[in-house]
Amino acid sequence: MCLGIPGRIESISDASAKLAVVDVLGVRREVNIACVAPDGGPLEDCVGSWVLVHVGFAMSRIDEEEARLTLELLHALGEAQAEAAALREGARA
Amino acid sequence: MKFIDEFRDPGHARALVRDIGATLERLGATAERPVQIMEVCGGHTHAIFRYALKDLLPASLEFVHGPGCPVCVLPMGRVDDCIAIARQPGVIFTTFGDAMRVPGSAMSLLQARAEGADVRMVYSPLDALAIARANPGREVVFFGLGFETTMPSTALTVLEAERQGVANFSLFCNHITITPTLRALLDTPDLNIDGFIGPGHVAMVIGSEPFDFIARDYGRPVVVSGFEPNDILQSLWMILRQLERGEAAVESQYARLVRPGGNPAALEAIARVFEAREFFEWRGLGSIDASGVRMREAYARFDAERRFAMPNLAVTDPAECQCGEVLKGLIKPSQCRVFGGRCRPETPLGALMVSSEGACAAYYQYARPDAEAAA
Ligand code: SF4
Repeated sequence: MCLGIPGRIESISDASAKLAVVDVLGVRREVNIACVAPDGGPLEDCVGSWVLVHVGFAMSRIDEEEARLTLELLHALGEAQAEAAALREGARA
Repeated sequence: MKFIDEFRDPGHARALVRDIGATLERLGATAERPVQIMEVCGGHTHAIFRYALKDLLPASLEFVHGPGCPVCVLPMGRVDDCIAIARQPGVIFTTFGDAMRVPGSAMSLLQARAEGADVRMVYSPLDALAIARANPGREVVFFGLGFETTMPSTALTVLEAERQGVANFSLFCNHITITPTLRALLDTPDLNIDGFIGPGHVAMVIGSEPFDFIARDYGRPVVVSGFEPNDILQSLWMILRQLERGEAAVESQYARLVRPGGNPAALEAIARVFEAREFFEWRGLGSIDASGVRMREAYARFDAERRFAMPNLAVTDPAECQCGEVLKGLIKPSQCRVFGGRCRPETPLGALMVSSEGACAAYYQYARPDAEAAA
């Protein structure tokens, strides 16, 4: 119940009710975007953003830059270990 | 699948598992004296079992499954209240599917439906509002439960009902807040937990700052985590790194979704519709001060608690239930005297066996061999 699923805002379907069509894993569903709507700005500015959808509401925008940074860190960790392994191998040889 | 597959990369998982193992060794942890990490949120419990993370990790690290499954901590008396509302003539009672099978003192909502009550499962509270619009002659009640993750959605649905002037919609509010409960847990004298995996989606709403007291007052590291396997592994790695350095701080592994101050629009909706209750009764944990919310006076006309008669009784759990001890991490689910016997997913005695996010159901579904060995 507390999980959510990433989706991409495709279009605004009802501005007064703050509803948008969101593509969630290829399925289009109407989702309330009040929590990710820009402060005072036009709702259209949300179109194209990735959001976490939870029980019919877009609860947060997914920060693509932060996602990339996390993945990079994990990648660097893997590489550091591969290097350390190679070093150990080299020392043994 | 964007933002899902990337966090399941097996190469990254292997690197993390190796580093976790090395850190545990440096910390001197053993299978007999493991480092104990509590995952607060039921979503994490579910992911830990679903991806068999325990099998990937050394026995010197142990998960303690926390109280963060809202369905699991729902007291029987509240289920009885739901059924009392659902049985009143003209009522359509709507709920998330998770709550359907939670046992009340006489029956569950599922059984009440079989006996003729109009109980309907919905995916979103907005679906319940749509049912109310489509059935103006009926009273439609939505069963609102969950932590701060689901609070904004029910608050916004009430605000929508007001905006659209839907008079036959109301909310039975059973929302709870996690931080007072964590504080109560941390005050348990025999609690043996070295660090916490923080609930990512609660933090997405309230921010990571409300967890500061765990590090500041209780000296335990907290890492707010995402829900993919590598999110959880990375969070473990971050907690262990803090332990190794002798630090205790609140860190976030889930920066792609969690901002330090949370989500202002969501918090505003919550503050408009809800206010703190003096106390709320949790199954297995008892009454905890200021751990629940109710609807404000201004929204009384949408408040099922004020609109419907209900028993509102405190019902004690069956004596053989050990849910409370499991929730405090004092025993493993498989050590409960009725686990897998009189308490199984088809016929749950305790709520931890009901939801797929409950520790007992997860143990039963994914860890049977282990459970049988312990029995
Ligand atoms: S096995 Fe059943 S009664 Fe025992 S702790 Fe788990 S849910 Fe509660």
